[in-house]
Amino acid sequence: MSTIEFWLAEHRRQSPDLPGAKLPWLAALRARAITRFAEAGWPTRREENWHHTSLEFMQRFVLAGAAHTAPQSVLRTLQRTDSDAHWLVFVDGRYAPDLSAIGALPAGAHIGSLADALAQDAEQVKVAFAESCNGDIGEEGEAGDSPAALNTAFAADGAWIHLASGVVVDQPIHIVCIFAGTSHRHLRHLICAEAGARVSVAEHYPANEAAPTLTTAITRIKAGADSRIEHFKLQQENRLAIHLAGIDVEQARGARFASHSLSFGARLARTDIHTRLAGEGAEALLNGLYCADGETHVDHHTRIEHAKPLGLSREYYRGLLAGHAHGVFAGRIIVAPDAQQTDALQRCDSLLLSPFAKSDTRPELEIHADDVKCAHGATVGQLDEEAQFYLRSRGINAAEARQWLTYAFASTALERIASAPLQELACVALRALLHETTESGDKP
Amino acid sequence: MLHINNLHASINGSPILRGVNLEIRDGEVHAIMGPNGSGKSTLAQILAGRESYQVDQGSVLWNGLDLLSLPAEERARNGLFLAFQYPVEIPGVSNAYFLKAAMNAMRRQQGLAELDAMDCLARIKTEMAAVGMKEEFLYRSVNTGFSGGEKKRNEVLQMLLLEPTLAILDETDSGLDIDALKTVSEGINRLRSPTRSMIVITHYQRLLDTIVPDHVHVLSQGRIVRSGGRELALEIEANGYAGIATSDASATAGPVTGIAP
Repeated sequence: MSTIEFWLAEHRRQSPDLPGAKLPWLAALRARAITRFAEAGWPTRREENWHHTSLEFMQRFVLAGAAHTAPQSVLRTLQRTDSDAHWLVFVDGRYAPDLSAIGALPAGAHIGSLADALAQDAEQVKVAFAESCNGDIGEEGEAGDSPAALNTAFAADGAWIHLASGVVVDQPIHIVCIFAGTSHRHLRHLICAEAGARVSVAEHYPANEAAPTLTTAITRIKAGADSRIEHFKLQQENRLAIHLAGIDVEQARGARFASHSLSFGARLARTDIHTRLAGEGAEALLNGLYCADGETHVDHHTRIEHAKPLGLSREYYRGLLAGHAHGVFAGRIIVAPDAQQTDALQRCDSLLLSPFAKSDTRPELEIHADDVKCAHGATVGQLDEEAQFYLRSRGINAAEARQWLTYAFASTALERIASAPLQELACVALRALLHETTESGDKP
Repeated sequence: MLHINNLHASINGSPILRGVNLEIRDGEVHAIMGPNGSGKSTLAQILAGRESYQVDQGSVLWNGLDLLSLPAEERARNGLFLAFQYPVEIPGVSNAYFLKAAMNAMRRQQGLAELDAMDCLARIKTEMAAVGMKEEFLYRSVNTGFSGGEKKRNEVLQMLLLEPTLAILDETDSGLDIDALKTVSEGINRLRSPTRSMIVITHYQRLLDTIVPDHVHVLSQGRIVRSGGRELALEIEANGYAGIATSDASATAGPVTGIAP
């Protein structure tokens, strides 16, 4: 049985029990999505957006339930770092109210589960949900978006965050997605911030015991006029996991959006981040750090669309590639004819820690306006030999010197995280990761 | 304490050192002078353990150890220190963290208890004041964005903290104004002791006015072509290197010890 048939069968089995299955609009969306997925199949290298990352092997990919992990232990580790924050926990793709801690919120802020919202007041999420599907099953659907269609077909739950205009949530909202036994999960997070609202949202995909699993996660963010939204994502899935994600943002006039995508795990992780600066004077920061080793593959495809004048975008990606890992970064910047005085900068720097690691970087600038400032640059390098010698000449072990320099290279990305608790969390995760991956033979 | 015997070295196949002989005893300060490209910095880097140079011939004995067989970090932990001509910028690693790690690497080697952050900081601040560095340099990344003079002060600071038994100062005077030169030389002089030896590499003799050497050597085309006392430096200042290299051709033939007759 090919896996397409598996997914069709799985959909027949699951769809009657999915949250909102009785809602005609949602049932129709899901039906269209599974049809689209079945028609398109998994993307292959023939598709432009998947040139460096083929999912052809997914045809034969056999899912196996994740070894049981105790969500409580994962949570304890996380929550210790940021106890005042708001915690939404999803176990096997379903909201776990007992493990969640929403905490005190200002009036006008709603944080909860999408499934609950569909059950209680489907109308309020209908527009946001439908908009979040445009990319994969709507008229403007593109080749290679079948993983997003699969997500729409199966998405059972996710975070539903709505901030009324002017609402400021001081502490980060954490969305923690834990595997505890299933082999695939599909999350849909919807974040709507009305004018002037401010919030930091962190998505976590922590490691569980190694098993071949599939995660699809789509996050749709609507940033109202002059809102400030910081989105943070920490992906640390196990070495056999497949992680396919999309983050889709629409920014109104003057909205400031920052994305920090930290991709530290999984056998294959692909993240598509699209933001549309749909109003004048919007600002976007797309910041990313990816670390891969062994036989793993990590791919970020970003698209920044400057639709209106006076937009500012800054994009900084850094990659650390060891072993036989393959890192891909493709960054597309589109400046519409109307988007005069756009200021866009893109950089991607990767560090190869082994002679077998591979990096592919592809900048793509599509500029249709004449009064703009757009620049891009990319480097692929190795650890600085002179710096290693300098540290060693002060008595620091060769392995430690490499570790320091690697950390220093990567930590530049973390310095851009505005929320202090999220930055601290990222530093802890990076240190743990480098400690794991660096050979430390002569360390005590 | 240090015995360099017929040292030949090259980089990418082109020879740089062509038979260096030098003997340094405990407590001695040796100045090595020479024109640009004579191999001074190469010698310093090879002694400190830089692996990009190929040692083709010769040996270096250091307190009974085969120096060339030791990795750079072990040389450092055994008391060898190189003050770099061009200190390396290391963005993302704070100076305080770096200095503490270096001090503790040394202490571990000596079987001493590691210093905690408080004790380290106290030590570092005292020595920073001595070399005229502001405290803010503690919290900045190692050498990153430092001016030439600030980098050199940072080198001397490290030397004062690590208290090496063999210090190699590679053009520590270059890029320093008079005031900085004075502070830096005072720091270096403070370290002079009967158990500590120094190699001072310089292009100009002005550093030697304050750090008075026991011996002066002239390195030219990868060999020590002349050795003498303090007066040799003054002679170089008066006549330049051109006269020196040829005036004592015999020096190039046999091994030259650094020991004054």
